[in-house]
Amino acid sequence: MLSIKHVFSMIGLLLLQGLVLNNINFLDVINPYAYIAFVFFYPLHKNRFPFLILSFLLGLGIDFFSDSGGVHTSSILVIAYLRLSFVKLFFKELESDFTLFTLKAEPLNNVLAYITTLTLIHHLILFFLANLSFQNWFTVVINVFSSALFTLVLVVSGSFIFRREA
Amino acid sequence: MQQIIYFFQKFKYFLFFLLLQIIAFYVTVNNLSYHKTKFVNSTSVVTGFFFEKSSNLSEYLNLRVENKSLAEENTRLKNLLSIQFLDTLHREYSIIDSVKYFQKYSYTSAKIIKNEYSKSFNFLLIDKGLKDSVNTDMGVVNSKGVIGITDACSKNYTRVKSILSYNNKINARLKNTNFFGSLTWNGKNYNTIQLEDIPRQAPLHVGDTIETDGKSAIFPEGIPIGKIINVNRNSTGNSIIDIKLFNDMSDLSYVYIVKNLHKLEIQSLEN
Repeated sequence: MLSIKHVFSMIGLLLLQGLVLNNINFLDVINPYAYIAFVFFYPLHKNRFPFLILSFLLGLGIDFFSDSGGVHTSSILVIAYLRLSFVKLFFKELESDFTLFTLKAEPLNNVLAYITTLTLIHHLILFFLANLSFQNWFTVVINVFSSALFTLVLVVSGSFIFRREA
Repeated sequence: MQQIIYFFQKFKYFLFFLLLQIIAFYVTVNNLSYHKTKFVNSTSVVTGFFFEKSSNLSEYLNLRVENKSLAEENTRLKNLLSIQFLDTLHREYSIIDSVKYFQKYSYTSAKIIKNEYSKSFNFLLIDKGLKDSVNTDMGVVNSKGVIGITDACSKNYTRVKSILSYNNKINARLKNTNFFGSLTWNGKNYNTIQLEDIPRQAPLHVGDTIETDGKSAIFPEGIPIGKIINVNRNSTGNSIIDIKLFNDMSDLSYVYIVKNLHKLEIQSLEN
């Protein structure tokens, strides 16, 4: 169920985000939030409680590192909760196939659509919560899209580099 | 009864999600309100440890710049000392120095181990904490100007709320006058902040210096902040003034924490 491998990957992503990616500040404002790769690649299980708890802890850990209150926690929880509906929508999976489901076996187009949708949802919630008002909403939207692009490039290229030959 | 159990069975994930989400919202709101104990922040032992290690590594990259600014500050302080020495040497002297005010503060030096400037609410982390008698609501400055106010402390680390925050509300005045207003930030550029609520009759000109006024028990009088680059006067009287900071907020390293020795006395009178 809750394998030790996932806990380690969670801690690895937490440190990567907290110590490296939070300091990139490309063009002074754009940061990638690649830790959400955890949500994309966590295997589907019948029991979703461990997944929700781990996502919550990952978000809270990122919040500890970036002094942002609970905004990362909120936004990663939303995509963790919505993930199953998007898997059903994009990959037409049945509940009995969940144990065999991996993103590697799916067509690249669908995988990209799935990752992009979740990333955009996450970034929209994250940036509007972090801004905590509709002041500067236009700048916020621009930040959402530029950061999402950055995150996507990082997640997709990272998943190609670290892909294990099965 | 069976209905209720069925309901919980059916919506257990949603209910659990809702519970976690409520916790997250509570933490978010708690983080930005004044005078509340903050649980989720980077002053904890674990994050503090990691930030200290990573700052120790990256510190070497800035040594040249840092040495230069220390040397500049030393020159300034030496000049001040030599003036005093002259004063005692000759009986007749005159000092033209409008910067020295009556002070009741002590300073503690600290190193920034985490810096932020690109969000709507920015926080810094410094390596002094409760055990160095640093507490919440103390001013943080460096040789060039104001940096922020301490807002959460642990034993070894302190979190500083940067002046680059929407709701910072630090008192500031026009240098050599008593016209004061409060600082805000519109979140657009980390080099410029805004001054609001300054009276209409204040003689504002581009290039004038803005400094702290000593009315708030947090900052001493006369700490520089920045200079005016733009004055938008509008008909309602709420002119918003853009100020370019003397500090480059993206390139900070060593700071001083200002401790007001009379703070308790002042607060006991105010409450």
